[in-house]
This record gives sequence, structure tokens and C-alpha cells, in this order.
Amino acid sequence: MLPVLIVLTAIELGSGIVLDTFESTLLRYPTLLVLVPVTIGMAGNLGSILAARFSTALHLGLLSFSTEDDRLVGNAVATIALAVTVFPLVGAGAWLLQFLLGGTRLALSTVVAVALLSGVVLAALAVAVTTITTYAAYRFELDPDDVVIPVVTNVCDVLGVLVLFGAVRVLV
Amino acid sequence: MTVREVAEEAYRESLPVLALSAAGGLFAGVVLGGMDAELEQVAGLLVLVPALLATRGNVYGSLGARLGSALHQGLVDPTFSTDDERVNAAVAAALANGVMVSGIAAVLAVALLGVLGRPSASLSTLVAIALLAGLISGVLLTIAVVSVVFVGYRRGLNPDTLAGPVVTTTGDVVGIATLLVATRIVLALGGG
Repeated sequence: MLPVLIVLTAIELGSGIVLDTFESTLLRYPTLLVLVPVTIGMAGNLGSILAARFSTALHLGLLSFSTEDDRLVGNAVATIALAVTVFPLVGAGAWLLQFLLGGTRLALSTVVAVALLSGVVLAALAVAVTTITTYAAYRFELDPDDVVIPVVTNVCDVLGVLVLFGAVRVLV
Repeated sequence: MTVREVAEEAYRESLPVLALSAAGGLFAGVVLGGMDAELEQVAGLLVLVPALLATRGNVYGSLGARLGSALHQGLVDPTFSTDDERVNAAVAAALANGVMVSGIAAVLAVALLGVLGRPSASLSTLVAIALLAGLISGVLLTIAVVSVVFVGYRRGLNPDTLAGPVVTTTGDVVGIATLLVATRIVLALGGG
């Protein structure tokens, strides 16, 4: 298990380096720092829930890789809808907690906008990464239960930091 | 099923878990937001955050999965004792992996920052923080995972569905809180 852990750690350090490059912005606006763990976590969760649903559907022979497939499209739509529901609440929660604890220099609307933009982009990326990984596992005859979730969670972790970085650059 | 039915079912089933983990993640974020002084003082500490959080999830998530499988196979009794060799071995392996990977993460982080010409605290400071945080969070998460899996199993719940959410919600909070504690201890002992 150790070699796998070391590879995953090296990948995660990549997102750590990205965080480090915008450390001064994060330290100036601690509300954005509050968003870091939850954005990383939610990206991984959206991906892993979708991956688990795709894997089960694939095992049951209910999934085909086509834009005509109701199950594929329905789950993708649900992932985007979940992001649109949860991320604005996460942004508002982060703003409120930071406001109560030490004051905040960013407007509520800015933090909610950063969270929502990050969430929608991450949900779209999570759908893409999960669909491609599940399809690859299917083509190479690997068990999607073993392969897809670790790949998707760790890739989504890294994407979480990159997308948050992008949203902060655009909106703050 | 139509697209709409599939989407509605997936949405309804996933929302509670996502909301729970969002709440956990926000608490972890509040601790991170309160760490700004330490993050400023120890250059490179922020680089470790995603790697350490992922390690907690990967190592103790797998401990939960192992214990769950062993319970299902009847190889382990869901009672708390110090003389169950199978449980001891699983816990020892998880702790060793968790602490070792944390230390390796710190060494790699210092090397990466050096190559990129970015500021970094000394190797010994970051490694000491990572090992200490790995050890404290390892002990706390082991207690959490073993308790929830055993107590859940005795009450007739499936440990496979319990371990994941428990590790994802407590792992981030415990991971960041112990990183803060470890940083304060190392700084108090003269690191920096």
C-alpha cells in the first residue's frame, strides 16, 4: 500500500504548490482559506459519488457510454444540480463563520460567487473525469470499483485547488 | 427511467451525505483560517495541507474498509480489547503508513520548494511538524474509526457504508486541527 500512498502524496503536493503560489491572497482574505478544505473535499465527494453510481450501473449492465443514455445524462445533471445547491451554501457558511470569528474583508456576494463558480466548474470536470475513467476501466476490463474511485478522488482534489485558484483570480 | 427520474433519484440520495461533509469541511476551514499566523511563520506549511488531508482519508478509510471486511467474514469480534492480533496488526499498519507518508510528504515538499526556488522552512521543522501531526491525528482517527465501525456493527449497521463518511467528515477537521497543534508544539520547542 505504501508505494500507492507515496504516488498519491506526490500528486497532492502539486496542488499544495498551487496553494503556495496564492498564499499571500489567502492570508489577506482568510475567508478564502476557509473555502480551501471544503472545496477540495466537495470536489472529491461529487466525483466519488458519481463514480460509485456509474460502477454499480456498469456492473448491472445498465450503463452505455452515449449521450443518448438516460442513466449517464441523468447522473451528470444531478451532479451539476448538487453543486449548484451546495456550493452557494458553503460560500455563505464560510463568510458567516469568518464574519463571526474575526471579521471579513470580502463581501458576502463575492465569497458566494467564488464558491458557486468553483462548484459549477468542478462539477463539470468531475463528470468528465469520472466518465472517462469509468470508460477506460471498462475498456481495459478492470473492475471500476477498484480503479475509478481512488483516481477520481485524487484527481478531483488537485482540480479543486486549481479551480478555486482560477475563481479567485477572476472574481477577487 | 427517464433522465429526469434518474437525476432526481441521484440528487435525493446524495444531498444528505454532501451536506454533512460540507459542514465538516467548513469546520476544518475555520481552523485553517485561524492558522494564518502559523502559515505565515512556517513557509511551506500550506504546501503540505492537501497531501496530509488526502493521506488521512486514504490510510484511515482503508483501515475502516479492512475492519469492515474482517467483521463481515467473522474474522474479528466487535469488542474492544488489546489482544486481538488481527485488529492490532491493521491498526499498527495504518499508523505506520500514516506517519511515514506524512514525513515523506514533508521531505518531498521541501525538495520541490527548493527546486522551484520558493521560500521554505527548514527540513527538520517541516518533517517534525508532519510526523507529530501524523502521529496525533493517527491515534485520534484510529479511535474514531474503530469505535464507529464496531459500535455500528453491533447495532446492525453495515460498517462499509459507515467508515467512508466518518473518515471524510472527521478526517479533515482532525487533520487540520492536529497540524495546528503540531506546528505550535514544534515552534514552542524552537523550530522555525
